[in-house]
This record gives sequence, C-alpha cells and structure tokens, in this order.
Amino acid sequence: MAITLLGLAALTFFIGRVLPIDPVLKIVGEKASPEVYQRVFLELGLDKPLWQQFWEYITKILRGDFGTSFSTTRPVLTDLLNFFPATLELSTLGLLLGVVLGVPMGVASAYWHEKWPDHLIRIVGLIGYSVPIFWLGLVGLFVFYYRLGWVSGPGQLDVFFVGVVDRWTGSILIDSALQGQWEIFFNAISHMTLPTILLGYYSLAYISRMTRSVMLDQLTREYVLTARLKGASEFRVVMGHALRNAAIPLVTVIALSYGGLLEGSVLIETIFSWPGIGNYIYSSLFAADMNAVLGGTLLVGVVFVFLNMLSDVLYRTLDPRSR
Amino acid sequence: MSVIADPIIDPKRALRAARIAEFKSFARRFMRNPLGMVGLVIVIALLVCAALAPILATHDPYLPALSDRLAAPGAEYWFGADELGRDIYSRIIYGSRLTLLIVGLVIVTSAPVGLVIGAIAGNYGGWVDRIFMRITDVFLAIPKLLLALAFVAALGPGIVNAALAITLTAWPPYARLARAEALIVRNSDYVNAIRLAGASDFHIIVYHIMPMCLSSVIVRMTFDMAGIILTAAGLGFIGLGAQPPLPEWGAMISTGRKFIFDQWWVATVPGFAIFIVSLGFNLLGDAMRDLLDPHLRQRR
Amino acid sequence: MSENLVEIENLRIAFPREGGMSDAVRGVSLSLGREKLGIVGESGSGKSLTGRALLGVLPSYAKISVDKMVFDGIDLTAASPKLRRSLRGGRMGMILQDPKFSLNPVMRVGLQIVEAIRIGDKKLPKREAFKQALAVLEAVHIRDPERVFSLYPHELSGGMGQRVMIAMMVVREPDLLIADEPTSALDVTVQTQVLSILDELVTRRGMGLIFISHDLRLVSRFCDRVIVMYAGQIVETLRADRLNEASHPYTRGLLACLPTIDGPLDPLPVLQRQASWLEARP
Repeated sequence: MAITLLGLAALTFFIGRVLPIDPVLKIVGEKASPEVYQRVFLELGLDKPLWQQFWEYITKILRGDFGTSFSTTRPVLTDLLNFFPATLELSTLGLLLGVVLGVPMGVASAYWHEKWPDHLIRIVGLIGYSVPIFWLGLVGLFVFYYRLGWVSGPGQLDVFFVGVVDRWTGSILIDSALQGQWEIFFNAISHMTLPTILLGYYSLAYISRMTRSVMLDQLTREYVLTARLKGASEFRVVMGHALRNAAIPLVTVIALSYGGLLEGSVLIETIFSWPGIGNYIYSSLFAADMNAVLGGTLLVGVVFVFLNMLSDVLYRTLDPRSR
Repeated sequence: MSVIADPIIDPKRALRAARIAEFKSFARRFMRNPLGMVGLVIVIALLVCAALAPILATHDPYLPALSDRLAAPGAEYWFGADELGRDIYSRIIYGSRLTLLIVGLVIVTSAPVGLVIGAIAGNYGGWVDRIFMRITDVFLAIPKLLLALAFVAALGPGIVNAALAITLTAWPPYARLARAEALIVRNSDYVNAIRLAGASDFHIIVYHIMPMCLSSVIVRMTFDMAGIILTAAGLGFIGLGAQPPLPEWGAMISTGRKFIFDQWWVATVPGFAIFIVSLGFNLLGDAMRDLLDPHLRQRR
Repeated sequence: MSENLVEIENLRIAFPREGGMSDAVRGVSLSLGREKLGIVGESGSGKSLTGRALLGVLPSYAKISVDKMVFDGIDLTAASPKLRRSLRGGRMGMILQDPKFSLNPVMRVGLQIVEAIRIGDKKLPKREAFKQALAVLEAVHIRDPERVFSLYPHELSGGMGQRVMIAMMVVREPDLLIADEPTSALDVTVQTQVLSILDELVTRRGMGLIFISHDLRLVSRFCDRVIVMYAGQIVETLRADRLNEASHPYTRGLLACLPTIDGPLDPLPVLQRQASWLEARP
C-alpha cells in the first residue's frame, strides 16, 4: 500500500513539475511579478536536481503541506478538509441508496435470469451507466426544479440559511439536526434530493449489475443444489446460501465503487453548486491553481487507496478460506 | 463398422473451414439477441454518421448565423440552433467524428500497451512480474477522471491531450487480463512442449497468450468504449477536451447549460447523443459477453 | 419385491440446444423397493439426470415428460412444488460427488447439518438440533464430532467431507437415498470406508438406495441389482451376482475391458460402439 501511495505522489509530482513547460508559471499565473516568480521558483526548489525535489515534495506531503492555494491563499489541505464533508455526505447517501436498491435488484435479476424482471432491471441499470451523469443532472434540474418545483435548486441550502448552523461535523444534515435547526434540516434535504438520487441511480446501476453477475455465478454452484436437496425454501437458498457467498466479492466491489462516486461528484457538484471537493477542484482548474488541483487529486487518490485496502480487509474477514 | 476416422487431407483448409463455421454459428446466435442487435445498429449508425457527415448534415457546423441564435427545433433547424445560430443537428453529426477519434485513440494505445505489459509480467514471473504489477496497481488505484483532469490541466486542453490522459488510466485492466491468461498458459503442457521444441518467448506471447485473451479483450474493449465516451464527455463538459469551435458533444452541453431553462434543446440534445452511443456500446458489450463467455453458453 | 418405493415409467428428458432439442433421457422405466439399485453408465448416458428428475431438481429449462412417477404411493407428477420440496431431505435424499463443491464454503459443516434438521422441524430448539447433528456425525464414524462440527468444508479431507454430506442427507431418516457418484472424487482407500458407512446406514435403516456410478465393478459388488444405461436408455437390467449373464453387447463390452488380477496378459479389448445401440428401445 505504501508503494501505491508513493506511486500516486510520484504521478502528481510528475504532472505538476515535470509535465508543464514552466511549473512556476502554472502556479503563479501569467500576471505575476518577477519577485513572486522568483520566490515560488525557490520554494519549489526548481534549481535543485529532480530527485531532491521529489524527496522534498514527499516530506512536505507527509507533514500535511500540500502547498498553498493561489486563489484562496489558504493552505490547500485546509481548503480540502473544509470542503470534503459535503462531498462525503452526498457520496455516502448515494452509496446507501445504491446498495439498498441495487443489491435486491441484482438478486432478483439473477434469480429470474432471462425472464421479464431480469430484462426490466437490466434495462434500468443499462440506462444508469450509459447516461452522462452531469447531463442527467442538468435535465433533472430542468424538469424537477424549474418546471415542476418539486425540489430546491442548486446550492446546499437556500442562500439565507448559509452560515446559520455551526460547523460541528461538517455534515449539514447531522449538524442541523444536532442543533435543532429543523427548518434548515429540511431545506438541506430538499436541496440534497436531486443530486443524491442521481448519484444513487448511478451507484445502483453498477451495483445491481455486479450483484447479478456474482449471483448468477453462485446460483450455478453445487452447494446451492445441496441446499435445495435438503428441502430449503427458495428464499433460504438464495439469501442464506447464494447471497452469503456472493457477498464476499460483492462487498469489495461495493467498497471500491465508492471511489467512483467520489469521482462522479466532481461533475455533479459543478451542476448543483454543491460546496464540495469536486466544485473546489473545478474552480481551481479555472483559476489555474495547480496546487489546489493536484492537492485535490492527491487527496482523492489517497481515499481510493484506502478504499482498496479496506476492501482487501473486508474480503479476508468474510471469506473463511482466505484466513 | 470402422472405428478410426478418415485422416484429414488438408489441415489448413480444414482449419479455415472450422473457423468460418464457428463464426457463422456466432453470428447466428448474435442475431438472436435483440438488445445486442440494437447495440450493433447504434454503433454502425455512429460510423455512418462519421463517415458521411458532409452528406448527412444540413448546415455548416462552424458557420455562425447570429440572426438565428437559439432558434427552436423546427423545419430549418431540426434540433434547434445554438447560441451562435449554428445548427445543432449538423454539429452533432460532425461531432460523431470527434467521438470516434477519441475512442479510437484511446483504445488503440491503451489495449496493446496493457496487454503487452501483462503478458510479459505473467510470462516471465519473478521480479519482472512484481514490478509490472505494482505499477499496474498504482494506476488502478488512481481516480480516473481526476487524473485525466490534472493531466490535461498541466498540458493544456485539446483532443489529443484528453485522449492521452484517458489512456493513462485505461490500460491497467488489459494488463491484468493478459497476465491472468499468461499465468495459465505458461504452465500448460502444450506450451512446455513447444518451448522444448525451441519456441522463443516472443513466439509464445504473440501466438499463444494473446489469442487466449481475445474474447475477453473484445468484450472489455466494447465496454471501455462506452466508458471512454462518458469520460471524454465529462472532460469536454469541464472544458478540457476539444476546444471550440469544434462540435464536441460534452462541450456543447457545457455551453448549452447557460440556456437550460428556456432553450433546453441546446444542452439536452448533445447529451442524448452521448447517451445513445454509450448505450449502444454497452448493449453490444453485453451481447458479446453473453455469447463469448463459455460458462453461459450451455443454457441455450 | 414388496410394494415399491419408487416407480418410474417412460421418463423422457430433453434440453434446448442450438438447432432444436437434445434428448438426454429417452424412455427410462424402473422400479425400486427397499433394496440397493445401481445405475451404471458413461458420461452423458443420462444416469444422473434420472436421479435428479425423481427429486425434482432439474433446471427449469429442461423438458421432462413421464407416464408415471410415483414415490411411496405419492404421484410426483401431480404433486405441487411445495409437496415435492417437503419430500426432499425428509423422505428422499441425494448425495453429490465432490464435497469440495457440494458443501457451502462459508458455513461451518455442523451448522449445515443443523440447517437440514431444522428444515424438518422448525420448532426444534437449538440445543436439541445440535445434539442430533453431533449424533449423526458419530453415525458416519467421524471420531471427533465436536471438533468437526465447527470446521469449514475446506478444512476437511475428501472422505470426511463426503461423510458430512451423507450425514446431512440421512439425518432426517429418509426412505430413499440417491448417491450420485459418491466415491468418484475419493482415493481408493477412502472409497471403501465411505461405501461401508453407506452400506451400514442403508441396511440398518431399511432405506432404498439408488447408486449412480460409471464404475461397473464397484456397483456390482455393492448393489443388489444393476441397470446399465447408454445414450439415455436402459440397455440391460441384471442382478448384481449374475453379471456374467449379461446379454447386451454394451454390457459385455464393458465387462470385457475390466482388468482382473489373475486374467490373461493379452491387451484388453477396446469397446466397439455400434450405431444400433442408439436406436430407441421398445
């Protein structure tokens, strides 16, 4: 795992320092004065050999120094930690939706293989992972917010609610509930509905397809026949035997898919003006703030690696054969 | 009654006949899969649009006609006009070329690179395997879109840069695939036999490992094409793909976003095109997988 | 024999294949009392399918037709799926070939037996079920039942796994047991062990046994009667001790290629298949 993290850092380093013709220019922008340019030049250590630059880069990261954002003038890590909870909130709810709906759909799909429930569920899923999620968000906003008025528009809260709730955990739902601010709580839910459903749909499309595939495999195995031979009910055979075995690879797949949701948030957040990491990276991109962009990429990358590790641990815990 | 069969007279001809028969059986089974046929039709339509764009388009995709700004869909502008008065239908048709270009670039670079890396890793084993697999793991653990984003941010926007960025994260699955096949093939008796007969590693990799991967690779590629289209559209939406005035579908959605509430067609139609094409590749991939996967073949 | 446990008349099973249906079982009729019946045949002869049809566990895309299929007076063709399910495990059991695959890999083997017990009696308290499970593990000569109870299938040897399978299927004291190649995945030494356990259980409890195998000699030593199947049909029915009276050329061919320790040193004859064996029998 350490090597993977190192590789990730190497990649961001490569992209930030080696690729651009002039990395300093990328960071300070075209209009910076010669003094600023010189300062950043020395800060980056560009006069030193490449491997030394890399070493300093790594040690800085380990100390939490992701560089300073040129647009907000705050340390990048501070910014990232500020915006992360909003993204986490959205992605976690999306994953929950995806699992709660996607797994049963996949199981049903596999059990009634090639019959109409299978076809229906597969089509629903197919649409989910063929559609560009940002486009669906746009269309969703247009239909459900503008035309029908069923949900609130972009933004995490209505403008006059912003800043009212104290920041305890960073999650607007938890914070507003804990502080008894129920009007804000429901306003947040109204804003959150559309993006969460979107992410949830995206998630369930993938999860139901994976579940179906794993279940199809398990349902052809001999121990399933044995369960039937014992006289077990179909429900018991599918849930207690097939699904139990399918859960092992499935749980790892689901853990990894969370990473995909984090990525999807980049696009969703720009459409819904959601104050999360995705939006941060997006605006940093247009402010040509390379430190912020790379810092964000690095952070999300670290989360990815962590998810990988988590899925490995989960696999080993659930499968008695691998102990 | 004789027990021994007649000896095969011309092995080469017999092999070719067998291959043709297998292909015919495959085609027959494919045609019985309605969704797969839909996917195939969509993909063919895409190719036709790209090839015959000048004939199929009704207007010049680049020429602005400011008096017709944001015209609604109608007889003159089938899908309406965008903010510069350009015909959206024609831009979509020409945009298919860009879509194909990106998909083609990525597949043509990522698949061979990945396959070769995986085959070498699996075939040689030892530290070669470990190093290559470590590298593969690093690239697999990286967020695709974000890496592509950072890459293009560093190098500057454009179609080639976008394709390159996507390729960076697209090759690892092929490496995994090839390595798995290589490990199986490497230890099999028939490979040991030809090795004893003097076959080089190169020969083994190209003539034995690669063909075994073929069906998985085809399925994977088809699915990848759908994913690449979505990622490229995402990059285009952010503004990092093909630059204006090129009619890239993702970028068209981005510019149309400003007018979503009153002139919804500007943003909606390109997204629909992306959806249909991605759907087509996914349907095709599903059908191919159902047909090529030996486990699923018994049921029919 | 006394009133029959199983009666099958004209069983036909077909599967959809490219270009039509493929007949796997073509008009099999047999009857079974409380005795040991062996069904012998090569792969593809339809012997396993016959057993599965009786238990009602063929895949849904299989096409089955039968004139008469009766178990202990119960007409299986008219029985509801619920009735057939209640018969499985309780009155009819089946042992599969390889415990590596036939046991649930993520469930402790003791609990798999307990599951079988509790399907039979939903209200049975846990402790009682555990006791019964341990008892049946002892009945299949597993020496340390408490320890084996908590093991996972991959921690068992082939012979032990198969004994667990047997235990699981006989714990509810069924009247009929079908053994589908029960020893084919085992070493020869373990085979004898498992067979003797099977023999003991079947005889002691007065069960009917259908023993499906490709091993003619094994079946003839173990069973009372032998049915030989080829290409989906029964070509011969014999008493096990009268094997040498076999009349069908297929059976004779099979017998001829079995090596004997005191036989001649000439090369064994190769079975010569005749197209006439495929023809439908009346």
